[in-house]
Amino acid sequence: MSTSVVSPGASSGGAPIRSLEAPGPRIGEKIIKAVLWATATLSILVTTGIVISLLLPSIGFFQQVSIWEFLTGTIWAPAFANPSYGVLPIVVGTLTVVFFAILIAVPVGLASAIYLSEYASKRVRKTIKPILEVLEGLPTVAIGLFAFNVLTPLIRELTPFLPWTGPFSIGVAGITVGLLIIPLVASVSDDAMRSVPASLREGAYAMGATKFEVAIKVVVPAAISGIIAAFVLGISRAIGETMVVLLVAGAGNPVLSFDPTKGTQTMTAYIGSTATGDISQGTITYDSIFAVGALLFLMTLAMNVLAMRLVKKYREVYD
Amino acid sequence: MSETTTPSTALPEISVSADKVTSVDTEPKNTFELRNVNVFYGDMLAVKDVSMAIPHNQITAFIGPSGCGKSTLLRSLNRMNDLIPGARVEGDVLYHGMNMYGPKVDPVQVRTVIGMVFQKPNPFPKSIYDNVAFGPRLQGRNGNLDDVVEEALRGAALWDEVKDRLKDNAYGMSGGQQQRLCIARAIAVQPDVILMDEPCSALDPVSTGRIEDLMVELKKTYTIVIVTHNMQQAARVADRTAFFTVLANDETGSRTGVLVEYAATTKIFSKPDDERTENYVSGRFG
Ligand SMILES: Nc1ncnc2c1ncn2[C@@H]1O[C@H](COP(=O)(O)OP(=O)(O)O)[C@@H](O)[C@H]1O
Ligand SMILES: [Mg+2]
Repeated sequence: MSTSVVSPGASSGGAPIRSLEAPGPRIGEKIIKAVLWATATLSILVTTGIVISLLLPSIGFFQQVSIWEFLTGTIWAPAFANPSYGVLPIVVGTLTVVFFAILIAVPVGLASAIYLSEYASKRVRKTIKPILEVLEGLPTVAIGLFAFNVLTPLIRELTPFLPWTGPFSIGVAGITVGLLIIPLVASVSDDAMRSVPASLREGAYAMGATKFEVAIKVVVPAAISGIIAAFVLGISRAIGETMVVLLVAGAGNPVLSFDPTKGTQTMTAYIGSTATGDISQGTITYDSIFAVGALLFLMTLAMNVLAMRLVKKYREVYD
Repeated sequence: MSETTTPSTALPEISVSADKVTSVDTEPKNTFELRNVNVFYGDMLAVKDVSMAIPHNQITAFIGPSGCGKSTLLRSLNRMNDLIPGARVEGDVLYHGMNMYGPKVDPVQVRTVIGMVFQKPNPFPKSIYDNVAFGPRLQGRNGNLDDVVEEALRGAALWDEVKDRLKDNAYGMSGGQQQRLCIARAIAVQPDVILMDEPCSALDPVSTGRIEDLMVELKKTYTIVIVTHNMQQAARVADRTAFFTVLANDETGSRTGVLVEYAATTKIFSKPDDERTENYVSGRFG
């Protein structure tokens, strides 16, 4: 950014002696540094703001409901005449969604990534990769409608032996969320695997490894930190997914149940269906949204910390 | 591949003609026989019409200016070229008389018999132990591989330096140690041949010396083919040396590698038949 650098070299005899001092104060450099610092700080401030805005109303909530009751209670009925604030039913709802989403997205996403990175020709990859990126951004409400209209009846038909009841199912919601995050998991894992140096693959081939052995025994282990990051991104999205769960699992009365064929609420579905226009600030129902939000935040945080530990433990460092 | 008594003096001085190759029916003195081999990358002819015999339990060096197809030819000896889309080999590459590009030949199996060490050390980002055990495990040998690992590391003159840190990551080793680990890793597969593509070009002189000593030791057990840009190295370790050069076609702009001269190393470096060889080994070219 510095302009017109004039060498103040004083010539002495033959070649001019050139100054070693800075030609100017390099203001631009300082401005850039300040701007970059400000943007970095801004993102931290925003995050802090989110946490605080979650925590403040939660404090109001926990003045009326004990944390113990909140975390261990098994009935979630905040809007009832005789309210109860046990968060477990909607936590179990969220965990069920995450469980089914992982069941679908981790194997399928990883297999797709292995195909893309190790098997697909350049041309195929060039076609599929952008499609995946578009799929990642598909509006979840559309996917939710598709799942409710097509996927739910289909799965019911294929599994007549299961005790299906109403039109809603938390298990199908989990499967849908799993399908939803496959492109993300596949795409990020593919990036990680493709950044593994070709020389490692060659080394394995030269010892008589097959393509599949190269992928499983060399490339996946070498890319494991990136692959775990892909899983974490996917699971975070599964935890946070609201629209699909509202549409497919219904927003009905949550009951503590591990039955995936029943409809129930998740934490996000509760927030999404409760935070509507006719909720008034200052009520305990209002505050309960923030308590659930804060717990959601903590769960995501805990998972990220766990993932960082895993990455550190299993990472294969190459340079 | 048991020990065969190959009198090194009995080797043919001049490039082996096709007739001579077919007449080999006694002791299998030659590990490889190449007849009119062309290697293509797509439409590009990278190596043209190479015929040569690579003797058993000897070190054969490929030298020549960069881009003359040394690596390309070397990689055609264990079908590593198959991994490059569009790469193609014409002519006959015979391994103990068997056509390496025959319909029934499995490239994966080929590479368990003919191993390879690369220019840049490429250990896996795993422990030293797991690097060496990698090949045996691929072959289905599970359970305790301590003996196999120790033997391979001893074979690569690395055991004493690493025996107390087998569980450490291979990337904590020096470049020279990493390259010897790659040699140990190749040995552990129990190949008959080890191909080496400029194995010392990323190493310091001391590490280079060690690997050269190791090669001389290894040729008792293995046939070794080495590509090197270092002529002193070829002169020091190789029994036979092949000199390649590039022919540029001014009309099409294509560059094709050809074998200029192939003979005992002493002959190549003292009284080569071809003027181009003479110019190259005396440093007047390239
Ligand atoms: N993977 C490849 N694809 C296309 N051309 C290649 C490839 N590898 C090498 N070549 C070309 O083949 C010729 C010989 O290369 P190479 O065998 O690497 O030579 P050397 O090892 O003697 O330096 C060069 O012109 C090079 O550009
Ligand atoms: Mg080369």
